[in-house]
Amino acid sequence: MTGYTDTEMMALAAGRLIKDGDIVFAGTGVSMLAATTAKRIYAPGAVFFFETGGIDPDLRELPMTVGDPRVMSGTSINTGLIDALSLLGHRKLRTIALLGTAQIDRYGNLNTTSLGDYHRPATRFPGSGGACDAASCASGVISFVKHEKRRFVEKLDYLTSVGWYRGGDSRRRLGLPRGGPIAVVTNLGVMKFDDATKEMYLACRYPGVPVEAILENTGFPVDVSRTVETEPPSAEELRILREEVDPQHLILQ
Amino acid sequence: MSDIDDKLMSPADAVRRFIGNGSQVAIGGFTINRNPMAVACEIARQGVRDLHLVCHSHGQALDLLIGAGCVSRLELAYGGNGRYAPTCIRFRDAVENNKILFEDYSNYQMSLRFLAGALGVPYIPSKSGLGSDVIRLEGFPPGIRKERNVAPKKVVVAQNPFSNDDDPVVLLPALTPDVALVHAQYVGDDGTVRITGLSFADIEQAKSADVVIVSCEEIVPRSVIRRDPDANSLPPFLVDAIVHAPHGAHPTACYGFYDYDPGHLNLYRVAADDDENWRAYLEKWIYGVPSHEAYLEKIGDTVLRALRADPERGYAVGLDRK
Repeated sequence: MTGYTDTEMMALAAGRLIKDGDIVFAGTGVSMLAATTAKRIYAPGAVFFFETGGIDPDLRELPMTVGDPRVMSGTSINTGLIDALSLLGHRKLRTIALLGTAQIDRYGNLNTTSLGDYHRPATRFPGSGGACDAASCASGVISFVKHEKRRFVEKLDYLTSVGWYRGGDSRRRLGLPRGGPIAVVTNLGVMKFDDATKEMYLACRYPGVPVEAILENTGFPVDVSRTVETEPPSAEELRILREEVDPQHLILQ
Repeated sequence: MSDIDDKLMSPADAVRRFIGNGSQVAIGGFTINRNPMAVACEIARQGVRDLHLVCHSHGQALDLLIGAGCVSRLELAYGGNGRYAPTCIRFRDAVENNKILFEDYSNYQMSLRFLAGALGVPYIPSKSGLGSDVIRLEGFPPGIRKERNVAPKKVVVAQNPFSNDDDPVVLLPALTPDVALVHAQYVGDDGTVRITGLSFADIEQAKSADVVIVSCEEIVPRSVIRRDPDANSLPPFLVDAIVHAPHGAHPTACYGFYDYDPGHLNLYRVAADDDENWRAYLEKWIYGVPSHEAYLEKIGDTVLRALRADPERGYAVGLDRK
């Protein structure tokens, strides 16, 4: 079996969740890698769009961010933020958003704003961008985060993007009738959410990753009874990712 | 003699005439794309102070203006430059060390606030942000809430007045900035503006502002820009100043003209990461150059040529972006 890195496995694991016909909103970073990978390998019939307004670009070169001119190239239509963000919640569309995050809680709420006190933070991150909008309006969210205790926390320092909020039907009661997190893709496995409680559980772990490693790196209790081991990346998947999707290693590590 | 003789001016004149200490300024573009850098550099060069910046997701111009000490208030959705600065460095320093007042919104929220300003309505509803700290936590202190161009409240969560069911919405206050800065690809010599590629929220921002300063790559004859009016972005009468600034978005990209400049953005990152290096950067690239032309000369033709966009793809194909 070929060796592979955490970022490669994350991009492939997320790409495998995308299906032909999906309408996918991708953010900056690993999200962009997963989107471009899905387009090349798993779902050439999926449509990718970006909050900046690029709808269905050809993605011949990997965009580095959603503001990259590569999201405007070979598109169906070039628009702006309001047009693109209004598609997220469009009642006719089933939209899936790919979002990176710095912190996540058991209900899939995300923090990309800051650590510590909001007004005088210990660490400031870039902020919501379109993440809060995607979390509010899209039909579903797949998020990316490194599996560490300081990132999988009981309580977020700042709630930038709403997931299942406080579990159960609390998201709907906020006034958000659709959407919610589908999956969390980490460097150790993929977490999903219980249909009733909306709590995170371990859906799959990557080849050779023991369940204990996931428990040790999660800052809250997690149900592991439904866990399966995922398929390792094939040589062909890795070749496309390394040679075609990100040959310059802009995002791959 | 063209229709725009009275509006055509240098970056220095545009800044002197329309931007002062305390101005509220909306910056166009998005992270590493189409930032109005020629005008932003001139704002820094003239030492304007206490700007109140309003933007959605911003990068280079935002970070430069904060780092040059021009900004005291900021409303934004995002400050980042991709791999070159996942969080903008001088922005991060200013927030972590209490150097500026700031308030966070989302991209949709900021764009809708500009749209409300453009439409002349006092607020606009949205579903985005319900349950989040983006709407729960105010960033600005209560003391400045009564001032001009500061919303008395960050947001209001209200019930949909057209429904008898429980249906909360977020009401967002309109933005009516003093000045909007836009960097466009083309301006006609009649004053018509054309942005190609993505417009981001530049058109809403321009329509919401009292004064619009447009810098551009090319000034083209009226007959050319009016041959395809479907592609145009703003009519002449909304534009107050026109600045001819080729490469005026450098080191950010300008679709169809040039890519972002990885070399300069890497150099910027290293400089921004250290106070002393940062002062040297400002001295070398801003204060030490008298004009946009002198800045371009310093960047050099070799670099600019390597960034040139492929006419069909809109970016520099195969550019080394490490």
